[in-house]
Amino acid sequence: MYAQMVKTGVDHIQSKEEMSPEERAFQERVDADIKIEPKEWMPEAYRKTLIRQISQHAHSEIIGMQPEGNWITRAPTLERKAILLAKVQDEAGHGLYLYCAAETLGVSRDELLEQLNNGKAKYSSIFNYPTLTWADIGAIGWLVDGAAIMNQVPLQRCSYGPYSRAMIRICKEESFHQRQGYDALTKLAQGTPEQKQMAQDALNRWWWPSLMMFGPSDAESVHSAQSMRWKIKINSNDELRQKFVDQTVPQAEYLGLTVPDPDLKWNAERGHYDFGEINWDEFYQVIAGNGPCNRQRLRTRVKAYEEGQWVRDAADAYAAKKAARAKAKAA
Amino acid sequence: MAGQDALFEYLLRLGDNALILGHRLSEWCGHSPALEEDLALSNVALDLIGQTQLWLNLAGEVEGKGRNADKLAYLRDARDFRNVLLVEQPNGDFAVTMARQFYFDAWHYLLLRELTGSTDSRIAEIAAKALKEVTYHLERSQEWVLRLGDGTEESHRRMQEAIDDLWVYTGELFDADAVDAAIIRDGLGPDPASLRDLWLGLVRATAEEATLSLPQPGWAQKGGKQGLHSEHLGYILADLQFLQRAYPNATW
Repeated sequence: MYAQMVKTGVDHIQSKEEMSPEERAFQERVDADIKIEPKEWMPEAYRKTLIRQISQHAHSEIIGMQPEGNWITRAPTLERKAILLAKVQDEAGHGLYLYCAAETLGVSRDELLEQLNNGKAKYSSIFNYPTLTWADIGAIGWLVDGAAIMNQVPLQRCSYGPYSRAMIRICKEESFHQRQGYDALTKLAQGTPEQKQMAQDALNRWWWPSLMMFGPSDAESVHSAQSMRWKIKINSNDELRQKFVDQTVPQAEYLGLTVPDPDLKWNAERGHYDFGEINWDEFYQVIAGNGPCNRQRLRTRVKAYEEGQWVRDAADAYAAKKAARAKAKAA
Repeated sequence: MAGQDALFEYLLRLGDNALILGHRLSEWCGHSPALEEDLALSNVALDLIGQTQLWLNLAGEVEGKGRNADKLAYLRDARDFRNVLLVEQPNGDFAVTMARQFYFDAWHYLLLRELTGSTDSRIAEIAAKALKEVTYHLERSQEWVLRLGDGTEESHRRMQEAIDDLWVYTGELFDADAVDAAIIRDGLGPDPASLRDLWLGLVRATAEEATLSLPQPGWAQKGGKQGLHSEHLGYILADLQFLQRAYPNATW
């Protein structure tokens, strides 16, 4: 759920009777779990929603390179440095697959990057938080990638073929990332008192933003219902959040760390953990651009893009010259 | 110079070159001109970090004082680093990074090719593995020199400037000292001077195709191999070694 609160542009869910014959045929294919491929007919709202969702996911991967990249040059051992660099590199790769998946819907990578750079497109709220210590790198792998996997595993079955296939590749790598993060944090939790303190502090700071990643409750949302009907969203935000809490609390206990929620307790009747109220004011502020790092993240991205323009221009110019020479030679 | 001491020094040079250049390249991750370059630069950096581990672990073994690659990378001060000055130069713009890479790759490739024939099988094995990776590094940096040199007016200007600015650091690559003399004597590695003409040929041919001109051979900045560095290295180490220095004896 590197994509949060994706709008569908619809105001109600159409009944079968309201649908055109094409729309009905499309919905029947989706209902029968037949994948939709790029050249096939699809409702305009489906196409637009997918572009929003996939590009938001892609942007999150790209912006997500920054908080972790922040520690590449300071990783504590050669092995940790290699693992972290490979992980951030994977995120660039995920961004690429996802931009490619979005391109099959008729929008170019440049257009999408333009939307990111001018602040029109959103990316996940989580990447607007800073990585202050090495433990944050472990916490991101464990919690942030863990939360992302919760959402992305079901999306492997989503209705749009290219998105589903991108998710299958991405999930394999994400689960590796999560294990690495947990492993790095285990080392700290079992380390010196200072290291353990560092790990606890990271959990304190990343826990709530991780729960916010799933987005506000969408039980009543028409967009969410429509996305589920189209099978580009499989579970509700609350379902996924609960699943994440249930999975993560025992892992924290195993590490000997305390989840920073006084209301957290096992509810035997529900068979789930109950947990405290999320600060949605903070979430909406971060989404609106007022998180600790929003401006910094965007500025860094724009700078890289602008400073790279002459390089991309040179590559294009060289390729054109080369092609012209080959043509002249052949003539 | 005694064989073991020279070998230790020599292995530090190989390992430190890879370590410092890998570090510099890793600084690009997330900031490069295109996603494809984030991937490619990271690949090269990862290869170099892997080579660092092999060379520095072997250095520690030869030294016999219980230091492994991490101890050598994270717990020496600048004066004990043995990399050439070229690799510690700041990234600058993409042209500077690629010029630095091309100068280094061309030399690295020629050196490793010779080291695959080292009388020390441990050196020959590492060199053979590294050579495969560096062959690809050289192909890539060569291509970028061509693209930027023969791309647009702006890219040409920037590439020419980078080629000129870094030239002064290339002389060190071919400079032999007592360590090299002992290495040559024991058949462990080549005479650095013997690589110069091959390197110059390779670099000149690429520069010409890229419509760039090479500076005249002249004064060379050197000292890195003996531990006399530029101001830049201290900042690299401040980043690299921060956690190991701030939390002594912790494991990560």
